[in-house]
Amino acid sequence: MTLGGWIFMLGSIGFVLSLCAFCFWRVFRRPGTAERLQSPHTIATRDKDT
Amino acid sequence: MDGTGGRRKEHWGTHVGMILAVAGSAVGLGNFLRFPGVAAQNGGGTFMIPYFCAFILLGLPICWAEWTMGKYGGMFGFNSCPAIFGAIGRRRTWRYIGVLGILVPMGILMYYLLIESWCLGYAVSYLFGMIDLGPDPAAWAQRSGEHFTRFVGADRDGIMLDGSIHPSVVFWVLTFTVNFFLIFRGLEKGIEKVCTWGIPLMAICAFIVLARVLSLGTPDPAQPDRNVLNGLGFMWNPKPVAGEEPWYVVLANPQVWMSAASQIFFSLSVGFGVIINYASYLRRRDDVVLSGLTASSINEFFEVCLGGLITIPAAFVFLGVAFPMDSSFDLGFKTLPVVFMHMKFGSLFGFLWFFMLFLAAITSSLSMLQPAIAFLEEALGIGRRASVAILGLASVGGSLFIIYFSKNLSALDTMDFWVGTALIFVFATCQVVLYAWVLGVEKGAVIAAEGAELRQPRVFKFIVKYVSPVYLLAVFVMWCSIKLPGYVKDLADGGVPLLTVGMIAGLAIFLLLLISVGGSRWHAETRPEPRLGDVERLSREEVKDWEGAI
Repeated sequence: MTLGGWIFMLGSIGFVLSLCAFCFWRVFRRPGTAERLQSPHTIATRDKDT
Repeated sequence: MDGTGGRRKEHWGTHVGMILAVAGSAVGLGNFLRFPGVAAQNGGGTFMIPYFCAFILLGLPICWAEWTMGKYGGMFGFNSCPAIFGAIGRRRTWRYIGVLGILVPMGILMYYLLIESWCLGYAVSYLFGMIDLGPDPAAWAQRSGEHFTRFVGADRDGIMLDGSIHPSVVFWVLTFTVNFFLIFRGLEKGIEKVCTWGIPLMAICAFIVLARVLSLGTPDPAQPDRNVLNGLGFMWNPKPVAGEEPWYVVLANPQVWMSAASQIFFSLSVGFGVIINYASYLRRRDDVVLSGLTASSINEFFEVCLGGLITIPAAFVFLGVAFPMDSSFDLGFKTLPVVFMHMKFGSLFGFLWFFMLFLAAITSSLSMLQPAIAFLEEALGIGRRASVAILGLASVGGSLFIIYFSKNLSALDTMDFWVGTALIFVFATCQVVLYAWVLGVEKGAVIAAEGAELRQPRVFKFIVKYVSPVYLLAVFVMWCSIKLPGYVKDLADGGVPLLTVGMIAGLAIFLLLLISVGGSRWHAETRPEPRLGDVERLSREEVKDWEGAI
């Protein structure tokens, strides 16, 4: 493993991890992220009945 | 009448579930099997420069464009690509071009289910210790290749359907049934639930295998060069593609840029018709900018941080530099079983690896079903049960064709080339043109900004209007000049490739006929556009809708 290899590996992984961390931080800092987007009634599609 | 034909419109259950569903669609076998091989053969670490350029200039802009168009189409009440294209393009031609958004996922599904079933088959075989390559390590590579050939029936055509029960056909039936059962359960209870559990489980399996690979050290003291650090170096050290050139000369090689663009393109699942369909289930105040970026970043995490650290280093530690990695199948199904034979507790890690691949595949295959389900529902005005049945019949037919013509996997390879590669390029180009030049980047930015949790960079408008199309076309032309002649010659020779292309054409004609049937129902071109920013009015309508349901 050369110095160049370490730079490219750590640089690539660091970039992707930073991007992921930023995205998750933005997603989860929003209150109610994991809560339902809408009323259950809108999800019961009823298209199975037709 | 709206695009739902009077049926109640489906929506995602949670923000996280929706993001994971899109990420699950993107994370597939290519992240773990294709990316490492392509990177190692195209300059190692240097490959990451064109790779990230393609991510920023091609992958992400097209991804955001798809999300935005999907959400906009959903405002009309449409979920299928032809209807959404018709609504955005305001012309019938666009509606017919939208057939690609159904043809691509359906075509890919026909062979992807088969590959998914191989992953399941290998996982189960490892779990019950059924893969034994014999006592002689020198013969393991050959026996692994033979095992794969037997398992997929690559010896001769028709061998898998000769009347006897072949294990891989059993696994295909199982995979097919699971997929259609889950898709029948719907968007939230099927796709979203599988991705919400499947993606974390996939990450856990990958971390366990990664920990094992990174702790291999130097398994054979007689060969001290074959150690984990050198394995990582084989993957990440900047190096020339060939010869003794300096490593940075790689950046002047157009084929490396093409490989990087193709990898990003296929990895993010742009041009598949899936994102546009998934985004159509969003409501107008839902975010698409942060969601698109998050789903893409999850995909990159699996590809770079896990795929880039597992496959090639593990193979190098046990096999040195002499192992086949030209194709995903070589690396995944021929090389890695040999690696697991060398590894202590190899059966356990083999099971975890192939089970992880199965999870990656099923979250992708489910996403390929939904666009066609939505299309059949909208075009024919039928319910989910009927559309799942029609899609099931079509998929069985296509898959059996590929299973029958299994010699050298020629039908699968032809499908992958024409549908899984060429048509994706064409469809992505159409999408960029529709977004940037028909819908307009300004209007697109307004749609994306409504409810956005993150502001799109202003330069995005310039990139998606000028850079992405030129980049895409340049890569496509280069790719055609390299790959097309061989496949056209195969077509001219007739046989299975010609039959396969005939089947694709037949499917396309069938879908075009359905679009013409559906078009009379949609009336997309004559319906008023949703007024952007008019959130209050829509909210009241939705409240009424809920009250009606109660």
